[in-house]
Amino acid sequence: MTESTGGIDMDEESSGTVKKFAFINRKAPYGTIYALESLEVVLISAAFDQDVSLVFVDDGVYQIKKGQGTKAVGMKNFSPAYRALEGYDIEKLYVEKESLESRGLTEDDLVVPVEVLTSEEMATLMDEQDVVMSF
Amino acid sequence: MLHIVNKSPSERNTLDACLRMAKKGSTVLLIEDGVYAATKGNTAESKLKAVMAKDIHVYALWPDLEARGMQDTVIDGIKQVDYPGFVDLVAENKNVQSWL
Repeated sequence: MTESTGGIDMDEESSGTVKKFAFINRKAPYGTIYALESLEVVLISAAFDQDVSLVFVDDGVYQIKKGQGTKAVGMKNFSPAYRALEGYDIEKLYVEKESLESRGLTEDDLVVPVEVLTSEEMATLMDEQDVVMSF
Repeated sequence: MLHIVNKSPSERNTLDACLRMAKKGSTVLLIEDGVYAATKGNTAESKLKAVMAKDIHVYALWPDLEARGMQDTVIDGIKQVDYPGFVDLVAENKNVQSWL
């Protein structure tokens, strides 16, 4: 995606800076607007060719649970969008092991391939970031 | 009496408050993010099973379960209702407490 910057004309100085961004998702989808808002910001960040990581902890792991069907509640099911992130060069998705386990979930219950990290590994990942965005 | 809980048990403590104050013979309805409590493996599972054994009836709103992809993991003994069923529960009970 080097040629595509979403129509934004980037000059020499700014185009050379790649920062490590992590989006921390901690809330379930549908009950609040946080999950959808996070996804929108993540998609925007893709236009700027940054080093983006998506993190799912606590109830955030429910965002990528398989089998969501929102017809009866009359809301938009945005879970398929997580599978499209790869096409925007967002390929680093991390899930905390403890969050999955305390909800009776496993990696097989998720709509996208993720890397499962322990709390300690997650702490290190967060510590390495230049920018952390919390949702 | 009907008790309604709409928040995830790992997000708020409203389910705990509800279960502490729900009397024998009363009904608890889980809606919105509250339905996560009704799923197998959730940390709330043992708490719900304990109150169900004490003649407290637990329901979950299936449109909310389905929206969240949790329709296949509901704890045995929890009854699922749709929107008309929700209305029936409200009509059948003499009063309602929403644990917001």
